[in-house]
Amino acid sequence: MKILRLVAVGWWLQLKNRSRSSFDGLLSILYPLFFATTIFFLYRQNGDEAALVSAAVGASLMGVWSAVSTSASTTLQGERRQGTLELLVAAPTPFSLVILPATVSMATIGLWSFIVTLLWGRFAFGIPISFDQPLVFVIAAVVMTFSLGLVGFLQAMASVRYRAAWALGTLFEFPVWLVCGFLVPLSSLPDWVTPIAYLLPPTWGVSAVRAAAFGGSPWRDIALCLATGAIYAAIGVALSRRLVDSARGNATLALT
Amino acid sequence: MPVIEVDQLARSYRSGSRFSRGARTEVEAVRGISFEVEPGELFGLLGPNGAGKTTTIKMLITLLLPTGGSARVLGYDVVADPREVRRRIGYVFGGDKGLYERLSGYDNLRYFAELYGVPPREQRQRIAELLDLVGLTGKEGQRVEGYSRGMRQRLHIARGLLHKPDVLFLDEPSIGIDPVGARELRETVAALVSTGTTVLLTTHYMFEDDELCDRIAVIAGGAILAEGTPEQLKSRVADGHVVEIEVFDGVDDRIDAVRAIAGVTSVGVESSDRSQLLVVRTAAAAQVTPAVLAALEGRSLGRVATREPTLEDAYVELVRDA
Repeated sequence: MKILRLVAVGWWLQLKNRSRSSFDGLLSILYPLFFATTIFFLYRQNGDEAALVSAAVGASLMGVWSAVSTSASTTLQGERRQGTLELLVAAPTPFSLVILPATVSMATIGLWSFIVTLLWGRFAFGIPISFDQPLVFVIAAVVMTFSLGLVGFLQAMASVRYRAAWALGTLFEFPVWLVCGFLVPLSSLPDWVTPIAYLLPPTWGVSAVRAAAFGGSPWRDIALCLATGAIYAAIGVALSRRLVDSARGNATLALT
Repeated sequence: MPVIEVDQLARSYRSGSRFSRGARTEVEAVRGISFEVEPGELFGLLGPNGAGKTTTIKMLITLLLPTGGSARVLGYDVVADPREVRRRIGYVFGGDKGLYERLSGYDNLRYFAELYGVPPREQRQRIAELLDLVGLTGKEGQRVEGYSRGMRQRLHIARGLLHKPDVLFLDEPSIGIDPVGARELRETVAALVSTGTTVLLTTHYMFEDDELCDRIAVIAGGAILAEGTPEQLKSRVADGHVVEIEVFDGVDDRIDAVRAIAGVTSVGVESSDRSQLLVVRTAAAAQVTPAVLAALEGRSLGRVATREPTLEDAYVELVRDA
């Protein structure tokens, strides 16, 4: 109960802190919107409405991953810059419980861009939005968001030890869009990509959201999305103490 | 039992990367220092920039691992039991950083109250008490980005006290705040000590240490040069005197001549807009004023005064000899 409260309060206050900047908020919506618009134009040329609708859902989810992958790595560098990273480490709460709510809050901001991109597709491009299982669709989207937050948590942990690890987020952003089937079905990609995609929670998340939207059964994919996310979180927790101790040994908690 | 026990504590830093072409260098920031702080004591670490004060404090609050020696806080080893140490200590540093700018003062305190395990039922009351203590009641709803430096510093103090720590580490808390704010801060610290909180304070403001501290360790170059009460430190130079001479048309070219006068132990210059103040410290019973005035012949002089040594003079002597 105590841990749940800690995570909930941490998530809410970190979300509040991140969503206060109107510039950052606008950027977190405009950036994915730019990519989504390009994708909408591409698929519209094809004339296949089913593919366009499927791409619309995938393109909307891209924003969630972007919000996590780039922010999770840069956020601890930001905490380091503003002098709060040392205070977070100096708190008696296990560091993993401090960082987890922060990365889930980033994914939550990505959820806004998901909704806005869907609406953009509907009103600017006339892409029909009608979900077979609206409630399950919402559940799938929320689970995917949470699970992506868990992946971000592992990324963030690496940034505690290595100041330059913030660059990892940018490195992973585009490849994950491609590999996890955000835009192109996995079946269209080379065979060697499939095992990699199965290890990544976004693959199962995208599949679950699509299934919920277009009439399949999403529950297996929802469970796998959550399970793979949990594995990333478990690795992050297992490494957290070692990484923090290494940061204490190498004096990387502060900028100087 | 001492609250803080530091034994031969050392920390060195490596600069340069193992992948870069340049040679890796190792800098010894703290070189095997030892001291103890008793319960309820206000202990000062006094030293110039780069002396090793912040490195020492960061090892004691478990943010840095020592490369040598050991340290215990309230009986817990800072390396082996970091969580036990963290539960019982508070940490406040000076400057603008260390706060969430976009959150209100209240939300900052609420967040850290959660992280420091303040029971939910007590949080509201505890935050209200602390806001009152640091004089921020009524301002807690404003975003921190709109706070003045003094207000931020007071919020830092409130944050550091949320979980009622037994030991409070203050790392140059008055840096950059105005004299009134600094005085209020000293009053707050004095009030805390009167309630039994043990405080370790680092600063390079002599008057702060002189006014507040029960004992002081002077640190420079990573080593402790002297330790004692402010009076004991002052007594190290009590046999001598300090001659201050105001010079209006430059004194830099005469310093060597003054330094060469028998009985002069050190010479310093403090510059202001209109003049320079030559500070000449002398050995016991040395009457150097006529010789110093002779060395300054031809210069336009203002006030000439002789005074007793202060803590600052003792500090300058110690650091100069290091």
